[in-house]
Amino acid sequence: MTQTIVIARYNPELDEKPHQETYQVQSDDNTSVLDALQQVQQQDPSFSFRWSCRMAICGSCGVMVNGVPKLGCQTFLRDYPVGLVITPLSNFAVEKDLIVNMEPFLEHLSAIKPWLINTAEGTQPHVQTPKQLAKYQQFANCINCGLCYSACPQFGLNPEFRGPAALALAHRYNLDSRDQGKAQRMPELNAKNGVWTCTFVGFCSEVCPKKVDPAAAINQGKVESAKDMIVSAFKPTGAR
Amino acid sequence: MLQLDMDIIVVGGGGAGLRAAIAAAEASPTLDVALVSKVYPMRSHTVAAEGGAAAVTLSEDSLQSHFFDTVAGSDWLAEQDVVEYFVQHAYQELVQLERWGCPWSRKNDGSVQVRRFGGMKTERTWFAADKTGFHILHTLFQTSLKYPAIERFDEYFVLDLLVVEQRVAGVLAIRYSTGELVQIRAKSVILATGGAGRVFHYNTNSGIVTGDGMALALRHGVALRDMEFVQYHPTGLPGSGILITEACRGEGGILLNKDGYRYLQDYGLGPETPLGEPRNKCMELGPRDRLSQAFWQQQKLGLTGDYQGHAVVYLDLRHLGDKHLKERLPLICELARDYVNVDPAKAPIPVRPAVHYTMGGVMTNIDCQTSIQGLFAIGECASVGLHGANRLGSNSLSELLVFGKVAGERAAAMALQNDFVSHQSIAEQTARQQALLSVLQGHNTDDSLVAIRTAMTKAMEEGCGIYRDADSMQYCLDHLISLKQRYQALKVEDQGKVYNNALLQHLELGFGLDVAMAICSSALARKESRGAHQRLDEGMTTRNDTEFLQHSLAVQQQDGSIDIRWQAVTITSLPPAQRLYGDCGAVNEGKTS
Repeated sequence: MTQTIVIARYNPELDEKPHQETYQVQSDDNTSVLDALQQVQQQDPSFSFRWSCRMAICGSCGVMVNGVPKLGCQTFLRDYPVGLVITPLSNFAVEKDLIVNMEPFLEHLSAIKPWLINTAEGTQPHVQTPKQLAKYQQFANCINCGLCYSACPQFGLNPEFRGPAALALAHRYNLDSRDQGKAQRMPELNAKNGVWTCTFVGFCSEVCPKKVDPAAAINQGKVESAKDMIVSAFKPTGAR
Repeated sequence: MLQLDMDIIVVGGGGAGLRAAIAAAEASPTLDVALVSKVYPMRSHTVAAEGGAAAVTLSEDSLQSHFFDTVAGSDWLAEQDVVEYFVQHAYQELVQLERWGCPWSRKNDGSVQVRRFGGMKTERTWFAADKTGFHILHTLFQTSLKYPAIERFDEYFVLDLLVVEQRVAGVLAIRYSTGELVQIRAKSVILATGGAGRVFHYNTNSGIVTGDGMALALRHGVALRDMEFVQYHPTGLPGSGILITEACRGEGGILLNKDGYRYLQDYGLGPETPLGEPRNKCMELGPRDRLSQAFWQQQKLGLTGDYQGHAVVYLDLRHLGDKHLKERLPLICELARDYVNVDPAKAPIPVRPAVHYTMGGVMTNIDCQTSIQGLFAIGECASVGLHGANRLGSNSLSELLVFGKVAGERAAAMALQNDFVSHQSIAEQTARQQALLSVLQGHNTDDSLVAIRTAMTKAMEEGCGIYRDADSMQYCLDHLISLKQRYQALKVEDQGKVYNNALLQHLELGFGLDVAMAICSSALARKESRGAHQRLDEGMTTRNDTEFLQHSLAVQQQDGSIDIRWQAVTITSLPPAQRLYGDCGAVNEGKTS
C-alpha cells in the first residue's frame, strides 16, 4: 500500500530554514522508517540522512518520529496508521536534511575518560565473575545513537551538559571490577555539567533502543558523587 | 583544497583500522596517525559481528588443531605460514582486548568462557554475549581516545591513493560535511576499509561495505587475490539478509527443512547429533560453505519452505529455553522479534543464505605489505592469506586484531624511515581528481544510480552465487561491462557541497563495479570447485589440485578489464588432503594428526 510521510528538509546552501515536504512511499508490514527514507532518496537523490547496519546496532539512523527519538531501522510504518512526521534529532544542530552535528556528543563521550584505567601489566585476562560483569554489562550496551540527548530537556537547555550516554559510560567503567580510574572520572561527574545537572526526567531511558537505562546510571552516579564529595571535604587538598 | 601532512594514514575506522592506529601510536608516540573514515568509527561494520573471536584457550586444545581447522576450512588455499603466525598470536590479542576492558562472557570462576563454532574442532571462540563485534569495536574506539597521537578524520571519504613511483604518498579525500577536497600526505598508508558484500543483492552487510579500499588498490595496479571466494552465511533473515549468528548453532540450534527434517545429514555432515548435544565439526557445526551449498541443494529438491516469497529453512532454538536464549543470544531474540516477528523460544526462525564475507582482497605478504611500498592492507579488505577458499566463523575478528597490530607497527617503522614526497610530484594526480569531480554533477535523463546499482547486485547474485557455471558468469561479466559504460555517463544529481550523499553513493558504485568485475573474472578463471567457489560445469565440479592449488590474482588493465594471474600457495606442514566433516572428518583427522 501507499503511505504518506512528511519529512523535514533543509539544504544550507539554498534554504534559510528547514521546511517540511510530503512524500508517498510503498509500505507493507515489514517497512521500516529507514526503508521509507531510502525510497524517498530514490525519488530525490539530494535527500541526505545517515544509516548503515539496518539492524539497530551501529547507531547511525536516529531521527525524530512524530516528535519522539527513534532508530529508523527499528521503527515500522505499521505502527503509525495515522501518518509520520520525520525530523532530525532534537537538541543537535541540523547540518542538512536529517543529518545533525554529532561532534558535541563525541566531545562529551571523550571527556569522561571512557577507557579502562588500570596500571597493572599482565599477559593473562583479569578474573571477572559473571556477577561482577553483570554489574556494568547493561551500561556497556550503549550504541552511541544519541537518542537520549534528543530526549533530554537539560541537554536541550545546556549543551555543555555531559549528557546521558557519556555519564552512563563513565558509570560503566567505574563499576568495572578491573578498573581503577574512578578517582580520575569523579571530578567530571561532580562538576557543574556532570551528574547534578540531571533533573531525573527519565525520558532518556524510555527512548533508549538498547535498554541501557542511562537515567539509572546517572542516579547511581549521583550517589557516588555525593559520597565522593563528602570524602573529599574531609581530605586535605591534594591528597588524591 | 585543504592540504595536510600526517606520518601515517589509516583508512577505515573499524576493528582493523582502530587496532592498527593504536599499535602505531604505541610503537612511536611521536608519529601523527590520521584515522580517516567515511563514517564515525563506531558505525563501522565490525559492529555487526555477533558470534565471537577464535583463539586456542582450553588446555585440551592446541595451536596445531586451530591451524589444521583453518587450513582444512580454507580447502587448502590458505597461506600456511600466515595461519601459523595467526594461531600463535590470536590468544594474546584477545587478552589485550580484555585488558582494555572488553566485556567477554565469563565462566562462574571468572575465567573467560569459550563457545563452539562451525568447522572448529574444540571450543575456542571468545564471545561477549552475541554482540562480540559491537563490544570489540567500542572497546577499541574508546581505548583509541586516550592516544593523543591519533587524530580522527570522521566522515572523510577517500577517493584516491596518491602513489609516486610505486611508493604511497598519501590520500585524497572528500570532507563529507563541506564537500571540500583534502590532500593528506603521509609516509605510510594502511587500508582497513572492510569487504565488498554490497556488490551482491542479498547480504548481511551494512550499507557502507562497498569495496572501496579494494578498488583504490586495484586502480593502482595492486592485485586482488582470491576474489572468487565469497562467503554466503547460511543463516541470514529472508529479504533483509540480517545476520543470525552461527553462535545459535554453537549453542545447539538445529536447521530444519520444510518437513522438519535435519537435512544436513544428507550432505556429508552427519550422522544426526542428538538434540541439545551439538558436536564440533558435525551437522549444524559444519563450515559455512558446506551449509550454504546444502541449502541450495534442498531448494533444488523443493524441500525449502516459503517466507513471504523467499525460500527458507528453519533455525530451531526452542529447546535452548527462554532463559538461556536471553543470556547467550539476546540480540538474536531482538532481531527475530523485530524483523520476522518470531520469538525464538516459541518458534523456529526462517533463515536463508546471504552474502557475508569476501575471503579475497588486496594482496599482501605476511607483514601486511602490498606491492606498493608503504601501502598496507588489513582486515576484510585484505588478503593476507588466512582464509583461502572459505573462512571459518570467528577467525576474522581475531584476524583484524592480530594483523591490525602487525600493520600498525610496520607502518610506524616505515614512517620513521621515510620522508614526505614533494608536493610537486603529487600535484598532477590531485589536479586530475579535482577535474574528474568537477564534471560529475548534472542531470540524468534516462538512467539512475539506483538502476545501475540494482542491476549490478542482481547480476552478481545470479552469476556469482552459491553455485556457478561458465555461461551465467560470462553473462554476468558482459553485463558488468555494459553497466560500467552506463556508469561512466552517469551524473550526480545533487549539486550541493554539504553532505552530498548522492556523490558518495556515486563514488561507492564506481568502486563496487570494479570489485565486482574482479570477483566475476576470477571466478570464471578458476575452472574447478573449491570451498565457497562451486561450479556446475562438466569436469569442474571437484577440486583440482594439479591445476588450481594456486591463488588467483586479479590485475586491472589500462582499459579497465581484469587480467588473471596465478600464485603458488605456501604449504609448510599440511599437504592437501580430502576435506571431510561429520563422522568421516573425525576418521580423517585421526589419520592426519
